[in-house]
Order: sequence, then C-alpha cells, then structure tokens
Amino acid sequence: MATELKPADVVLVGVGWTGGILAKELAQAGLKVVGLERGEPRDTNPDFQPPRIHDELRYAVYHELMQDLSRETISFRNNLQQRALPMRQQGSFLLGEGVGGSGVHWNGVTWRFLPWDFRALSATLERYGRGILPEDATVQDWGVTYEELEPYYDRFEYTCGIGGKAGNLKGQVQPGGNPFEGPRSREYPNPPMKVTRAMELFRRATAGLGFHPFVQPSANMTRPYTNPDGVQLNPCVYCGFCERFGCEVAAKSSPQVTVLPVAAKTGNFELRTHCNVVRVNLSPDKKRAVSVTYVDLRTGLEYVQPAELICLTSYVFNNVKLMLLSGIGQPYDPVKNEGVVGRNYAYQGFTNAGVFFDDKIMNSFMGAGALGMSIDDFNGDNFDHSSLGFIGGANIAVYQTGARPILSRPVPPGTPRWGPQWKQATARYYNRFFNIGAQGGVLSYRGHYLDLDPTYKDAYGLPLLRLTFDWGPNEIKASQYLAGVLRRIVEALKPSKSNVSPLPERYGIVTYQSTHNTGGAVMGADPKTSAVNRYLQSWDVPNVFVVGASAFPQNAGYNPTGTVGALAYWAADAIKNRYLKNPGPLVS
Amino acid sequence: MAVKFDRRSFLKVVGGASLGALVGGGGKAQGYPPPPMTHQHPQAQQVLQRALAAHPQGYTFFNSAEAAFMEAVVARLIPSDALGPGGLEAGCAYFIDQQLNSMYGHGGRWYMQGPWEPGQPEQGYQLPLKPREIYRLGIAATNRYCARTYSRTFDRLSAQQKDTVLKGLEEGSVELGDLPARTFFNMMLSDTMKGYFADPAYGGNRGKVGWRLVGFPGVAAAYVGFIEQWGKPYEVDPVSIPDLLGGQAQVDEHGHPIHRPVARR
Repeated sequence: MATELKPADVVLVGVGWTGGILAKELAQAGLKVVGLERGEPRDTNPDFQPPRIHDELRYAVYHELMQDLSRETISFRNNLQQRALPMRQQGSFLLGEGVGGSGVHWNGVTWRFLPWDFRALSATLERYGRGILPEDATVQDWGVTYEELEPYYDRFEYTCGIGGKAGNLKGQVQPGGNPFEGPRSREYPNPPMKVTRAMELFRRATAGLGFHPFVQPSANMTRPYTNPDGVQLNPCVYCGFCERFGCEVAAKSSPQVTVLPVAAKTGNFELRTHCNVVRVNLSPDKKRAVSVTYVDLRTGLEYVQPAELICLTSYVFNNVKLMLLSGIGQPYDPVKNEGVVGRNYAYQGFTNAGVFFDDKIMNSFMGAGALGMSIDDFNGDNFDHSSLGFIGGANIAVYQTGARPILSRPVPPGTPRWGPQWKQATARYYNRFFNIGAQGGVLSYRGHYLDLDPTYKDAYGLPLLRLTFDWGPNEIKASQYLAGVLRRIVEALKPSKSNVSPLPERYGIVTYQSTHNTGGAVMGADPKTSAVNRYLQSWDVPNVFVVGASAFPQNAGYNPTGTVGALAYWAADAIKNRYLKNPGPLVS
Repeated sequence: MAVKFDRRSFLKVVGGASLGALVGGGGKAQGYPPPPMTHQHPQAQQVLQRALAAHPQGYTFFNSAEAAFMEAVVARLIPSDALGPGGLEAGCAYFIDQQLNSMYGHGGRWYMQGPWEPGQPEQGYQLPLKPREIYRLGIAATNRYCARTYSRTFDRLSAQQKDTVLKGLEEGSVELGDLPARTFFNMMLSDTMKGYFADPAYGGNRGKVGWRLVGFPGVAAAYVGFIEQWGKPYEVDPVSIPDLLGGQAQVDEHGHPIHRPVARR
C-alpha cells in the first residue's frame, strides 16, 4: 500500500519552467514546497558538456532528453469518427521529461503575445463580426489582458536575460524593434543577437517589400548577464547545438540555471526526481485536493504526499490528463458541447518556404536556438482581414538554429531521395539554403479536444490521453494567404530554386512541426467555457492551480514560452498576494 | 575566435566542483587529457586516417547474407563517386548492424502495446515490429523477390537491377507479403543517412566522409567571432567525439575544439 508522507505546504507536479518559477516564488515566500519530477536530474555539468553533448544522433534523432514513450504516450485521431491509435514514436511534437522540462532543450525564442491575442474574440466581433469565424470555432478571450500581464512578461524576460530591441516603449514606437508589439515598460535586458547572412538577406528582402524586419527576442545570452535573482549567465558562442540539446556554457536561460538554484537556496524547496504523479486525491465532496499519489520509478512503490496547495506544472498533456484522472472539473464532451476539461486544444500550423542559392554560402551549421530575423506584419490583427475570410496570422522568420546534417539536408524539389543526383544536390545545397517559416496561430474548435482513451493504457495501467485534432478552415485559409506572402519574399530573394509549402489538407502526427501544443485546461472569465479562472485556479477545486500553455484558449502565431513564463509569475503573485490571505476561490 | 568569459562569474553558475571540466588546461576531470595536437603534422594525419579506415568491424546482428545485402544497399543509396566515398566505405552497413543491437533496434523507447490496427497515414507507425524484425523480414523477403525475378540474391544483381529493386521498394510496387515495402525502404534509407552523417563514434561516417561531403565541422567550435563574416567559407577538418576524447584535436578553454583550416575539394 501507498506510504503517506509528511504534509507540505505546496506540491508542484512537474519541474520545468512553470514548476521552477512557482518553486522559487513560493519558497521565497516562506512556504515549504515539494517539486515532484518524473524524469531525471540533469545540469550544465556534467550532463551537457562537449564533446558528448554535440551528438546529433543521440540527442536530436533519438531524443535523449525527452520522454520515453514505452512508458507513456498519447493516442491520436483527426476527428470523432476515427479510432484513435497510439503515437508510438515521437513526431509532430516532442514530449519531454526531466528536471528543467523542455526549458532545457528549447531554442529560447521568447515572445510576448499581442494585446489582440488576449481578446481575440471580442476584437474580432468588434472589427469583423461573427461571420468571419468558422461556425464551430470556439475562440474566446483569455480573461486577462496584455496590460495586466505586462509586468509579468517583464519579470520573465529579466529573469531570462532576453536579448532584443524594444519596438514599443510605453506607447512610443522604437526604430529597430517590432513596431507591432504591445507597449513595454522598459527595454529588453540585453541587446539583440548577431545577424547572419541569411538573416541579412531576409531583412533586405522584407524591408524592400515595405515590411518591418527585426532581430527576434532570444534567451541565448548576448553578453554576460546577472539576473535580478543574482544568477549569472554566460554569452552564447553560436555553436548550433541548442534545440534538443542542453547548453554547455549556461548561455541559454533554462530552469536549472535560473529559478531552480534560487529556489534551492531558500532551504524551503525539496526536489524529488523519478516521481511520477498518477492522481490528485480529493476530499469526499470533491471541493478540495488533499494530496497527490506518486510512483517512485526507482522502486515502483507508491507514496501519498499531502499538501495545502497543489499546482499542476507539467506539460499541456499531463496537466489535462491528471485533471481528468482525478476528477478535477467536468470533462469536456464535444457532442453535448458541455464540460471544460480537455476543451479548446490547439496547436500551430507552419507554412514554409525553402530557398536554394547557387552563389551564396550561409555557414548554416553555425547558429543559436533563438537566432533569427522576423516580420510581424502578418500576425494577429496587424493587417486587415476584411476581405480574407480568416483571422489571425503568423510570425514570419528566418531561423538559424544550426544545420546538423542527419536531420538538415535540404535538396531542391524534384531531387531523388538517394543515389548520385541526391548526393550531388546535398553536397551543393547543404550550406546554400535557408528556410522561411510562417508560424501560424491556430483557433480552437468544438471538435478539437483532449480526453481519456478508452482502449490504450500507460505503464501504470492508466488510460492514455487521447488527442482529437485536425487543421480547421481558418488555418487552411490563413496558410494559403501566408504562402502568397512567402512567395513575394522568395521572389525578392532571387534564389536559384525554391519551394513554398502551405499546410496539407490534414494534420498528421508523423513529421516534426512544433512542440507548441496548447489548451485543454483553458483560462477565462466563465466557468462554463474555462477550466481555470484568470489566476489559473481551478473553478471546482480552488486549492489546485493549473499552470502552463494548457491555459491558452487558442494559440497565437508565436513561440509560447514567454507567455507561459508570464502566466507562471502572474499565478505565483495571485497565490502569494491573494490566495494565501484568504484560501478559497479568487473569482466567484 | 576565442571567447572571453568573466571566469569568476562563470564559475558561480556552474559551481566550483566542475572547474576542471569546463576550463581547459589540465582539465583531466572531463575524461580527456590536454590535447597533444599530433594531428597538426600531415604525416600523423595520414596515420590517423589509416587507423580510422582500419576500424575493427564485426557484424554482431546481421548474418552473412544479411550483411552482404545491406552492404549492397548502402552502396547504391549513397554511391561512391567523384564527390567522395559512399555509404559502403563510410561503414553504413556496420553502423546499422550496431544500431539494431541497441535501444533503437529493439524499439526500446517506442510505445509497443496493442491492440494493433493499420490506421490512417496521419497516425504514423502502427506495426508491432521492432526495427531489427523489420530488417530481418525485409531482407529475406526482398531476396526472395530477387530470386523469383532475377534468379539471384540482391547483392549479386547488376547496379541497374539493384536500383530497379530499390525503386520498387521505395514506391511500394515490390510486394514483400505482410511487410509494407515502403516501411522497410524508408527505414533503410533513414538509417543509412544516420550512418553517413552521425558522429563516427557509432561506427559509420568513417573518416568523417559524410561531414566532409557537405562541409559540416562536427563537434562545434565557438563560432561567435565568425558568424557575422557573411559569405566567408569556413573550411576546416571536421572533429569527432572520439577525436576529442582521444586528444586528437585542440580545444579552447571551455572544451570546444579549435578547428584546423583545410583546403576542401
């Protein structure tokens, strides 16, 4: 039988960015915090040291730092009529585990969402009317505004030492930054990253078209940096082994080099690794969480950890899965259109253009995770959609993350996949190519959701989480439009060969696209359409907070971590300044 | 190209205990000694190349027929030509053999519980077979097809016949019974590419020929001083993990190799 442990003030389920931020904030506030992490401990030294960390096969192809799917995965289908089958191999997105979570092996692109994103429904109704939205779209406002989150974005950016150039300081548009962004209270803590040839070509081409290019914000340090917690980070060396790898020189902001050491120093934070939480235990009236049950993966034994406050701080899928397994909130039913847990799952749709040059080398093996040049002219509501028939858009960027040759060997369209012609094209174009990606936002729809699979089980005998998702009409239309924008940029670049790829008709789980999954436990002002309130507190079980991209009501055209970090600080403040004074629902 | 860190602040982050590992010069703690830099002499370089070419190889998964089949396949997928050695010379067949005895070959990190259904293409791989089983079945079935069609096994076909069979597998027009030909072909192609471009530590990419073909420098240096030199070729002798662990390449104070310029092609 399960062993019951001594109660803690707070239990965090998952120790990545959100768990790390809450650990620091709550431990500094004097609470006894236990962080339960199912994966392994890992740190700059010795785990990420060269030369072994520069092993593309181990880390990028075999996903060394990510989740072992033999234990647990999700199942997937495109629609309610299909039978979901397990995702047997990592593909479209990369599920993670381990201390630091995806914050260890992320790229570091750190955006703020647009003020428009947080009131996507109201703003759309005001400007275009309901008719522009697909009938079954369930897009909604967040229940929190950009202005309210601004100080929390600022805290995350200063914690991480983000390098960038403000485009809007207190309402004044600044040269060199993103003129479309919401107003910032101050400049980025560090200057922007260096500019590569591909970035410069993109800058010239897009500026020539009248667009507004800028170096995108990055959590790869651009100079030595000491953050407000006294943590020191080193400058990035542009080694090109960032995404899917840990950083060897502590130049990429990650939980294990920023918030976690600070949490540990308080003496109030206990990190337990190899502990997989399988259930949140509720009081008989289901109005209060009393403990979590976890399996220690080193022994297989079960433990019960009681706590006053329980924060779900794992990835989107596990936050939702634990809510469903524990009976926190009403499960969503797309047929009856009732319930909230699992509702409004969304993702991102990439429209891509590849450009091949015969006369220009790019040194594309050099790079950094968040190194890139962007335009935001076609994101959010930064352009007029009146005659377009869709809302939202994409950030369009050239990224130079480092082209490693097992996975990055572009050849022009029509080239055979093997044999002498393939070899010739690979030798010619490996270093004479770059990709332009349009990172498209995705709406939520009535039929896109998460629930428990009726057939397939994980290693603990629990049902897999089931994902039902496809591209919606808004995304297909947006992608066609964005492909047109990309064609104009490609033309201006004058490559010798190119290809533009809009979204395919159906979403597939096989090819890597992005690990920007969102929703399922969305925040909002109405308990009928949201699982958590504006402070990320469960409407039904007020001593449970569910923190992460699971709270996004739909997804924006940006990398999500900046917003995830801001929401974690926002929730931490709500817990410290409101909840602790009067434990109970923060919104009635 | 040297990177300047404020050493004191650097140590605060990574902790004093890790000093030896991160700063070079006597940093034996990391497991590789200070670089002797023997590779800088052309003669020593030749000795090293011969040593790499003579890397001991013994198939521990494939039987002789399977090894002959795979050697013939990788030689067609990545042919040896004027651009340089191909998949056979790079050791791709041996690389795959070793991989099939590893976690990958056993599908060790795949979800492999039933029930099994073919599903839709969007749902991805849905066979109960591990990679090593796919190879065993696929090689035997392809050789049966070749015996029926050409009266000999794949490895004994002409180059043109081999390409015809491979194309048939790629397009799915060659029937392998229960095993989808495309699944088998795509796995062979993907694994051959891994073998050609992965670090030589895994037994392929011998002599770093895959990296030399495209101009990939291998274990990365600090590129911070070079990345803004638009259009300037970065032509260096690639450096592998064994090069560094064996002290065959010079490293900077943080353990990154210092790449040696080389005239390429």
